[in-house]
Amino acid sequence: MSTRVVVDPVTRIEGHLRVEAILNDKNVIDDAISSGTMWRGIEVILQGRDPRDAWAFCERICGVCTTVHALASVRAVENALAITIPKNAEIIRNIIELTQYVQDHVIHFYHLHALDWVDVVSALKADPAATAALAQKVSPHWPTSTPGYFSDVAATLKKFVESGQLGIFQNAYWGHPAYKLPPEANLMAVAHYLEALKWQKEIVKIHTVFGGKNPHPHYLVGGVGSAINLNGDNAINIERLEFVHGLIKDAQQIVEGLYLPDLLAIASFYPEWTTYGGGLGNYMAYGDIPQNGVNDPSHFRFPRGVILNQNLAEVLPLDPTDTHQIQEEVAHSWYKYPNGARGLHPSEGITDVNYTGPKPPYAQLDENGGYSFVKAPRWKDHAMEVGPLARMLVGFASGRTEYKDVVTEALGRLKLTPACLFSTLGRTAARGLETRLAVRWLAEEYDRLIANLKAGDTATADTARWDPKTWPADCKGFGLEEAPRGSLGHWVHIRDGKIANYQIVVPSTWNASPKDGKGQRGAYEAALIGTPMADPKRPVEILRTIHSFDPCLACATHVTSAEGETLAEVIVR
Amino acid sequence: MEPSEPRLTTYDVLRKHGVDRRAFLKFCTQTAAAMGLSAALVPQIVDAMETKPRIPVLWLHGLECTCCSESFIRSAHPIAQDIILNMISLDYDDTLQAAAGFQVEEIRRNIMKQYKGEYILAVEGNAPTNDGGVYCTVGGDTFLHVLEETAADAKMIIAWGSCASNGCVQAAKPNPTGAKPIRKLITGKPIINVPGCPPIADVMTGVLTYILTFGTLPELDRQGRPKMFYAQRLHDKCYRRAFFDAGQFVEAWDDEGARKGWCLYKMGCRGPTTYNSCSTVCWNGGTGWPVKSGNPCIGCAEDNFWDNGPFSQRLANVVVPGIEATPDKIGEALVVLSGVGVAAHLTQAVARNKFKKSKSQEPGEPASDAAEKE
Repeated sequence: MSTRVVVDPVTRIEGHLRVEAILNDKNVIDDAISSGTMWRGIEVILQGRDPRDAWAFCERICGVCTTVHALASVRAVENALAITIPKNAEIIRNIIELTQYVQDHVIHFYHLHALDWVDVVSALKADPAATAALAQKVSPHWPTSTPGYFSDVAATLKKFVESGQLGIFQNAYWGHPAYKLPPEANLMAVAHYLEALKWQKEIVKIHTVFGGKNPHPHYLVGGVGSAINLNGDNAINIERLEFVHGLIKDAQQIVEGLYLPDLLAIASFYPEWTTYGGGLGNYMAYGDIPQNGVNDPSHFRFPRGVILNQNLAEVLPLDPTDTHQIQEEVAHSWYKYPNGARGLHPSEGITDVNYTGPKPPYAQLDENGGYSFVKAPRWKDHAMEVGPLARMLVGFASGRTEYKDVVTEALGRLKLTPACLFSTLGRTAARGLETRLAVRWLAEEYDRLIANLKAGDTATADTARWDPKTWPADCKGFGLEEAPRGSLGHWVHIRDGKIANYQIVVPSTWNASPKDGKGQRGAYEAALIGTPMADPKRPVEILRTIHSFDPCLACATHVTSAEGETLAEVIVR
Repeated sequence: MEPSEPRLTTYDVLRKHGVDRRAFLKFCTQTAAAMGLSAALVPQIVDAMETKPRIPVLWLHGLECTCCSESFIRSAHPIAQDIILNMISLDYDDTLQAAAGFQVEEIRRNIMKQYKGEYILAVEGNAPTNDGGVYCTVGGDTFLHVLEETAADAKMIIAWGSCASNGCVQAAKPNPTGAKPIRKLITGKPIINVPGCPPIADVMTGVLTYILTFGTLPELDRQGRPKMFYAQRLHDKCYRRAFFDAGQFVEAWDDEGARKGWCLYKMGCRGPTTYNSCSTVCWNGGTGWPVKSGNPCIGCAEDNFWDNGPFSQRLANVVVPGIEATPDKIGEALVVLSGVGVAAHLTQAVARNKFKKSKSQEPGEPASDAAEKE
């Protein structure tokens, strides 16, 4: 007999996600469906707008991955209009993007994912002195690992629990047999949950310096809005730069002194999770962090490529702009294609929203019909996983030394093999290792900026094609990016100075995708298969694997619209 | 793990946390400063924290991007930890909640029952109304229904951000999902609108702290916004205003004016028609705001700002110094043209009288005003 476990809402993610898992009589997951249950229609709204404004609309696709859609958008418009941005603008955008990586990954680990591994209530039993000893062993140079500090945190926690108002921690899965950390490790993690919450508001100030605010800093087609004046106090000057510099140094401390040590310490208690959650085994990265412009992937810090069937011996070439390589399908999505088309490249995308799900309130979805507002993109007919694990594997398999070094070191410390990376824990670990690279690169990009300023270049924007009168009557462009959650692509068609069509394929569209026409599962679905659940009513195991992808459903549930299609033709049933 | 009697005050909890009285008073002083209140009001805050239990907050997410939650946790004073652990009981919030699935829905129902008429409903995002609300479902039910159900017994509603206050991006033309802000969906409840995409972190926590401290909504304008943060135009408080008055403008990106930090009005800055406190409170712990970084305001706290573009197009018919010199006339001209309307101008006039404690209104009264012009 099979059991159906429904998790809706999946919490500690961005957006609205529903997971239904079908368990066999041994409580092992046999099948799973992933459903995005929200749709906003941003691409439809973009039609007819000024392409120079598209970044602001796109940025509002997601406030957790703030900036990433704005960046892909300005890249797409610049590609269409053949604009090359100044070197300072490339570097400043890299700094903004890498800042986002570091902040987003740390927040994900502590505030969205940790509670899948850390039992808050067990922390109450911890001995503060033993916790301090553990913390000092895990991270010898972290300054607050003292018995007094941990006894204060324990007191805070105790009194909070005793208040009877447990807020966000109530009704959770504390005491679940899947929690394996000793009380001291739990207390250490709770303390660092609070530390990280305090710190995350600091690093984003880098966005405020260059983009005016966070979330949702401002962008500019043609460069960056923040002018540089080394001899003035009302633009980017040495004071603003040193402010950024200090925040980068603090971020390095947090990543090396807190995040990485905690990640490895917690991982060491969950070796069985290197055998669950692997899923597809297909990994894709568009590549990013340009050093010589966005058109030269050979100089990206994140290399481009595809790995199929866990084969690390070969990195396959990838061209996201090739209409035969990437296609989106809608066989199990709440959209329909005309004339029985199976898959369409984003630059030729068509959408009729076509809700065929049950009338709410409903108890379950039908996996044989449409069951999600997420489409199913495929690379050469393969379902792919994108994100930190894909990037680390592509970098590792490409033979990049810095990737090999961080991966090898972490695997050595955990006494694991590279094959262990194909798992839930591997995905979570890859995010941490990537953050290590990101925070190093952040410092390097800062040095690049200073070197360029020293060389006398202070330009931040190319305005030659700012005026729409300089634009071709009809042009198309694409903007590719590695967002923290994975490969992101924006496609724009500009006609007579306005957006004729705009399409977005985001990381979580790849990962959260439903089955395609051939019945191939998406990455979340595939990763859940084969996982045993200790107590189906308390779905900690499902949350672990789903959270290891860091879902972002506001991003994933979007709609593309046909060329020139008017809105009245968007059919909804 | 359920909320249980007796209910503790914020002070009780802080004391139980091992916080001594001196640190507690310091905390209250910082809270007052955060809200822009005078030191004379500190005793009132102390009293509130000592006598009131932590109010349950149910924080729902509809059609949105979660930027409001992200902004909220960036608050510098008070920091998010203090709010979550000491000031409110954040009993439901999809973004931070440890539990998932039916356990979460169970919490929502429990709080609605146990704290009937006492809990605060905070809403991030809005509800799609087309096609029976299928464009946003939670736990298999439409968000619209969840919202209506949760609002029914709430003490008051905080509409976080431009989505909940005004509709924001998904309600921009042609609004494919029929997304509607909270005030158009819920009636008969006090609603406070805290617009912005997102609102400034310290504005969000300031609003919440005010409500907890004084037990009432702050004074609201006719759009239901707290006057303490939304009474004046950015333009009137902009540190670059002198350049506007002197006729010194950025004319092109990265030109000499941009490098000297001149006025961004000609680059499309929406400061002249935007009521917010970016230029005073500033973003991210006082680090800056868009204009300070060289980027023009896009007016994200104003109703319908997405459809008032292109952003780079300067506001039409604004009287520029040299033609008409008085700032008041400029203000008048803008208000007429901006679509914000006379109401906003009146609000500004009213707001010239600084916040007075004795004038704080009962919840309900200002919010029903806020539901005007529907």
